[in-house]
Amino acid sequence: MEVVMSFVIGGMYAAAIYMMLRRSIVKLVIGLVLLSNAANLLIFTMAGMLPGAPPLIPPGATMPEGLSADPLAQAVVLTAIVIGFGVLAFAVVLIHRAYEVVKADDMDQMKDTDR
Amino acid sequence: MNMSVALPVIIPLLAGALSVMFWRSHFAQRALGVLGTGAMLAATVWLLLETWEHGHIVMEMGSWPAPFGIVLVSDMLAAIMVVLSGIIGFATAVYSLSGIGKMSEKFGYYPLLHLLLAGVNGAFLTGDIFNLYVWFEVMLVASFALLILGGERAQMEGAIKYVTLNLLSSMIFLTAIGLTYGLTGTLNMADIGDKLSTVEDTGLITVIAMLYLVAFGVKAAAFPFFFWLPASYHTPKVAVSALFAGLLTKVGVYALFRVFTLIFNQDVDYTHEILLWVAAATMLTGVLGAAAHYEFRRILSFHIISQIGYMIMGLALFTPLALVGGVFYIMHHIIVKANLFLISGITFVMKGTHELKHMGGIYRTNPMLGVLFLIPALSLAGLPPLSGFFAKFIIIRAGIEAEAYWVVAVALVVGLLTLYSMIKIWAEVFWKAQPEGVEDELRDVSSGPMIWMWVPVIMLALMTVAIGLYGEPIYQMAAMSAEQLLDPSQYIEAVLGEARQ
Amino acid sequence: MNMHSLILRTAGHFLLPLLLLFSVFLLLRGHDEPGGGFIGGLVAAAAIVLYLFSMDIRSARKVLRVDPRDLLGAGMVLAVVSALPAAFLGQAFFTAQWWEFTAPVFGEIKLSTVLVFDIGVYLVVIGSVLTIMLNLAEAED
Repeated sequence: MEVVMSFVIGGMYAAAIYMMLRRSIVKLVIGLVLLSNAANLLIFTMAGMLPGAPPLIPPGATMPEGLSADPLAQAVVLTAIVIGFGVLAFAVVLIHRAYEVVKADDMDQMKDTDR
Repeated sequence: MNMSVALPVIIPLLAGALSVMFWRSHFAQRALGVLGTGAMLAATVWLLLETWEHGHIVMEMGSWPAPFGIVLVSDMLAAIMVVLSGIIGFATAVYSLSGIGKMSEKFGYYPLLHLLLAGVNGAFLTGDIFNLYVWFEVMLVASFALLILGGERAQMEGAIKYVTLNLLSSMIFLTAIGLTYGLTGTLNMADIGDKLSTVEDTGLITVIAMLYLVAFGVKAAAFPFFFWLPASYHTPKVAVSALFAGLLTKVGVYALFRVFTLIFNQDVDYTHEILLWVAAATMLTGVLGAAAHYEFRRILSFHIISQIGYMIMGLALFTPLALVGGVFYIMHHIIVKANLFLISGITFVMKGTHELKHMGGIYRTNPMLGVLFLIPALSLAGLPPLSGFFAKFIIIRAGIEAEAYWVVAVALVVGLLTLYSMIKIWAEVFWKAQPEGVEDELRDVSSGPMIWMWVPVIMLALMTVAIGLYGEPIYQMAAMSAEQLLDPSQYIEAVLGEARQ
Repeated sequence: MNMHSLILRTAGHFLLPLLLLFSVFLLLRGHDEPGGGFIGGLVAAAAIVLYLFSMDIRSARKVLRVDPRDLLGAGMVLAVVSALPAAFLGQAFFTAQWWEFTAPVFGEIKLSTVLVFDIGVYLVVIGSVLTIMLNLAEAED
């Protein structure tokens, strides 16, 4: 399972970087979304994958029974998803306003600050 | 339970929340701005004194024990950094009383200012690598929004570059966290440092170290990841760019200092050699970029980059004296650089432009501002007896002792070129005669509400002189932080002491 | 922005109270079971946004009654304030404080600073999502 996941994650990183290298700002945003999802998936995979072993402690016990999935990695991924959601919402607003000001979906039109 | 370590984070969060609540009242927001940052400054000074006395101060948030919960840790380096953020936050809030304008206040300038400061302080104080990422994002979201206050075209373009590259670096950081977690099974930085010393696969550790180097290198604007900084820092309001120039890149430098002393200290010959090359290239490209430009804030932006090089050089040499120099340099640089940006705001109010070619004659009309500019400018170039001289002196001496002569040569040349840039600004803005067809003075800056712009400029200039003339206590603090950085077992013991027994 | 769809408008009218009630339900069960302030806040914000799509901005602002920025501010204050009680009892910030008591009708009730924090998050999420959505919708018009 981990091997399959590593190929999927690698493919997602490659696709994300490819999208970010395009001139269109919309594709840039899609690239950023893909990249953050790839990173989340990487953390998820890194914690090890155990099918059918939720990290739940039965009533009365203090430890989960047998092997269980790592809850910390899931908490971390959840936090990262929420943060990614917030930052992405902001990026969409920013790009909407930038589009109104620059009137083009083209990075090459945005060279004024580099001169 | 010592509360001092959490207050620098709690106070700006509370002040920010209150100023969102009172978003309708300009007066309440301004009052909260000054009072909140003032209280934060006081809390950070208290934390510094406590840390000076006890060495390390640790608080387990929510009483969840380390290494499972999130800890806030203050060692000498972190305490020094939060005091600096307190100083710059307070100076910016006072400056904003006359410098920011009603429109920005309406769009949430003050809440964002508090949120940014909370993010910066959180990043300095946290002892958990994932929590560090969270504070980075808090800081970045606040800085994105501050960057586009005003909504001009240049700001939008600058913001898109800033947002994209910083998000990219955040994702690299997150990837590195994932790999670190896979390797050690913990997110607590002290615990990671402890566990990595038993991992045998040093090749994998070095790969992860390089991921952190890239992630923090982008944030710190080190070569070759610096290009977002000169593309965006000259576009926002002056108070905002002073805040960014003073604090944001330094959070990246701080993270490099923390990670490359506490966690990645196994293969110093390899990792710190790379850091040394990065430092030299950063110094050189920054100062050459500055030499080519004729826009006030753009010159200053490029100088941030070249100064970052000196700080990383202090880390890369990795001797006690070099780390003292690096920490000393950060202290001197934050104060001086923020001050220079604030001064560029005053000259902008007078002349209505940042272009050096269209300015001039300010020394004739306003000699006091000329003197106030010369203090930080000459300090930046490293002239005695100002703060920059001692900062450069310690680093260069450490370089000679470590027999890294080529990097010392680079540092000296860069110092000279810095002087050239500062003299260029001095000659064009202050000394040369008024250019034809330019109004003598657009607005009176020495009376009325504009008077608030002078207070932080004078305050920071006095600090620059004070660090230069009375540098012994500052040196002692830097020495103590360097000693702690070189002996990470103190940090690990302070965080995990109870868990280990 | 107005979709002019009779079905959507009627459904939006009836779904709004249901969704808001569901969001409060999610918020309150969040401590031990799936749910919590973030999810609840998103559901509540989605309810208002659905109303916005089916009607228009003015009626959406009217049904909200308060400015979303006020919700944002109140939520942030609540969330930060929930960290403080522990400090006065000499514990670390954010340490959970529990108060249990029995009320006549409801039986045993447990109140905690965690709940205050969650309500704060709930309000912050509603406030920030709606601030962004309403601004975007107004920019479209």
